[in-house]
Amino acid sequence: MPTPTEHGRPDPETTALAHSRDGRPVSDRGDTICVIGAGASGLTAIKNLVEHGFGVDCYERETGVGGAWNWRHDRSPVYASTHLISSRPFTQFPDFPMPDDWPDYPHHSQLLSYFERYADHFDLRRHIWFGTEVVRVEPVADDRWDVTTRSTGGYGPERTSRYAAVLIANGHNWSPKLPRYEGLEQFRGEVMHASSYKDPAQLRGKRVLVVGAGNTGCDIAVEAAQQASRCWHSTRRGYWYAPKYVLGRPADQVNDTLLALRVPLRLRQWLYHRTLRLTVGDLTRFGLPKPDHRVYETHPIANSQLVYHVGHGAITPVPDVARFESHSVELADGRRIDPELVVFATGYLPRFEFLEAKVLGDDEGVGRPRLWLNAFVPEHPTLAVAGLLQPDSGLFPLVHWQAVLFARLLRLRATRPERAAAFAARVRSGAGERYSGPVKDSTRHWFEVGHADYLRALERALHDLEGAK
Amino acid sequence: MNGERVRMLRGWEWARPVRPVRREVLSVLPELEEGQPPLLFVPGFGHGAWAYAEHWLGHTAARGFPAYAVSLRGHGGSEPAPEATLRAYAHDVVQVAAGLPRQAVLVGHGAGALVVAHALARYPARAAVLVAPVLGGWATFGAALRRNPLGTLPAVFGGGLRLSRRQLFSRETPDADARRHAARLGRAARRAQWQLLTGADPEPAVGRPPVLVLGSPDDRVVPASALTRAARRYGSAPLLFPGMGHDLMLDARWREPIDAILDWLVKDPTRGEVP
Ligand SMILES: Cc1cc2nc3c(=O)[nH]c(=O)nc-3n(C[C@H](O)[C@H](O)[C@H](O)COP(=O)(O)OP(=O)(O)OC[C@H]3O[C@@H](n4cnc5c(N)ncnc54)[C@H](O)[C@@H]3O)c2cc1C
Ligand SMILES: NC(=O)c1ccc[n+]([C@@H]2O[C@H](COP(=O)([O-])OP(=O)(O)OC[C@H]3O[C@@H](n4cnc5c(N)ncnc54)[C@H](OP(=O)(O)O)[C@@H]3O)[C@@H](O)[C@H]2O)c1
Repeated sequence: MPTPTEHGRPDPETTALAHSRDGRPVSDRGDTICVIGAGASGLTAIKNLVEHGFGVDCYERETGVGGAWNWRHDRSPVYASTHLISSRPFTQFPDFPMPDDWPDYPHHSQLLSYFERYADHFDLRRHIWFGTEVVRVEPVADDRWDVTTRSTGGYGPERTSRYAAVLIANGHNWSPKLPRYEGLEQFRGEVMHASSYKDPAQLRGKRVLVVGAGNTGCDIAVEAAQQASRCWHSTRRGYWYAPKYVLGRPADQVNDTLLALRVPLRLRQWLYHRTLRLTVGDLTRFGLPKPDHRVYETHPIANSQLVYHVGHGAITPVPDVARFESHSVELADGRRIDPELVVFATGYLPRFEFLEAKVLGDDEGVGRPRLWLNAFVPEHPTLAVAGLLQPDSGLFPLVHWQAVLFARLLRLRATRPERAAAFAARVRSGAGERYSGPVKDSTRHWFEVGHADYLRALERALHDLEGAK
Repeated sequence: MNGERVRMLRGWEWARPVRPVRREVLSVLPELEEGQPPLLFVPGFGHGAWAYAEHWLGHTAARGFPAYAVSLRGHGGSEPAPEATLRAYAHDVVQVAAGLPRQAVLVGHGAGALVVAHALARYPARAAVLVAPVLGGWATFGAALRRNPLGTLPAVFGGGLRLSRRQLFSRETPDADARRHAARLGRAARRAQWQLLTGADPEPAVGRPPVLVLGSPDDRVVPASALTRAARRYGSAPLLFPGMGHDLMLDARWREPIDAILDWLVKDPTRGEVP
């Protein structure tokens, strides 16, 4: 049995008993919709589905809400010093602002309290089964779904319930992506992925090599600069290290002023290059490699301190790792360094272990779903994924609108089936569409979207779905 | 107000967030938490949270609903804000509403009803109540001008909008009270006043809240026709309280409208029709 929830959520009423294909009993939950995960994406899914009149059962493997932002969660990727990289107006839900006296870039503990308040304000916890993990999701007749759950950690029996629709909100920043290297097994130093990095004390006094310059790698390199006895920062390409503030304002707010003025991408890139040139300066002077791409062609880095610490000599930029030896690391340029601790900040990969890969259109099983609007699934009109996005901005407003669109779609399936059918055709023809300018080929850009392009596409989809009145 | 295109892209709003200010929020809470939604009262131009503190907050709490009133920036005990816009006022309301423990009912009076209508596009209220709503546009102005030319005209040229005691209070309101209240009146910011006349209509409300409109046919600021128009916008008819002045919450018979509002909430109105 699932452990009782914080608010004593009652057992789902079994409206009817059916049987699964292999003969197990299934409790039929009627028109209820299943949401997987109670991170930010799951919470906004519950809120918006309930607001549209649906019953919702949400399963959450942890004992609290907030997902990644609840750093007590064993899979949380945040570390003690994590602050937002997207400024407040871009990060808050569009109908539930963060307090306006919070800083431009709040701390992760503030984010958690924000999600907890969101859950309480809209009374969402009564829909959530905490400590309950979804282990299987299978399509059955009439576009319905059998969802099998058990207590997190595998205790207790499995139980299967049948739902009218499923919204997957399991997050994609928890399953580490670990590159393979020759000789890594022989390496005698300590090795960890950034997902288990929590506190600067883990770096104190050590010779540290940080691999990767996503926002995680840059943050950890900056902490190592202050805590470690030595910090090498290895990247396989050059990047644009954009400060959090330009012209005295959060950088994303300046960028959106240009977007609102509909300044074309090329001109924005030029302006950005100029601004960086004038403020941060020529990065190669600091010994950093020259970017092999234009700005916005890799997921943006927002870090004002990295270049500063390079300037202090506290971070030594180095190229890609070639191989590991027992006490040293050989770099791509032949240099050898001798770190005691290697932190792989090489990012994360999505994982849907409860679902057959084919269902999400990942026919080759490489782990990359093929969806429309990064959310809607061809051939499965009652299944969607929320939050499978890597925006150049805050994620939560985008997920809010995904949930609204899914709710409206499900409602129209009942009232205007021809509209829902037209939408399904659009999902089929549009699967795999991108919503960003060109980006470098890397798994980290699988879900990269420009927030303006993406929201415009969502807006259009909602408009087409509901039709002009 | 239905069928309008939902606007997800809000570049200007994101790029230029409203500045935070210190806001006055008065509250009276029921002795026993009875699971009723909180009410957030929003005063009209020139008024502050004090207008509700007089009678309505206490009465609302006595009937089991947590009661809060905010003073819009530049009003009452909130920080001065001479440059405030309607957007900043709506921001104040949404900030306070989102800070309450549970999903709130928004109640706006006079031009505060217009502020609430704007706030409804940025916060999914459980329900909304528009009391003697001044929803803006030149018709509002025409009515005000006919009834009080000397108080209204200067507003067009950036002066203060002055409402006379006789416009705000019925004859039943004791003169001493009326004087006391009138002496506390402040004024809204110039830009906000101007936007009251010329500003864009509010975007559609999010979350389909049920909306109740009420007022007095003898209101000397908002004519009965304006009440009907406002109610029709939300698909209903206004509740009328004959013989009362514009400031229903300060009137001698303040109890009737607030009881009607709470009765309506107790009946638990369902969400508005699906757009
Ligand atoms: C260090 C770091 C900083 C970041 N900073 C920002 C930022 O500044 N701005 C921004 O917008 N984004 C940021 N992100 C992106 C971040 O992923 C999102 O902000 C957000 O946490 C995603 O929310 P989510 O609900 O989609 O996923 P998650 O927060 O990962 O939540 C998923 C939930 O689903 C549950 N779950 C998973 N599988 C199952 C299952 N099988 N059964 C039941 N429950 C399950 C998990 O326990 C979890 O609670 C950052 C990410 C990282 C790693
Ligand atoms: N709020 C915050 O402060 C904050 C902090 C951290 C993270 N985040 C967010 O969290 C998400 C994940 O960020 P992340 O930094 O953990 O991951 P990420 O963005 O995927 O970055 C991974 C980094 O590792 C490099 N890398 C990957 N595989 C490699 C390999 N085989 N060899 C060498 N280098 C390799 C990548 O290089 P390539 O570019 O060449 O692929 C990239 O520099 C992002 O959305 C990010 O914005 C936010």
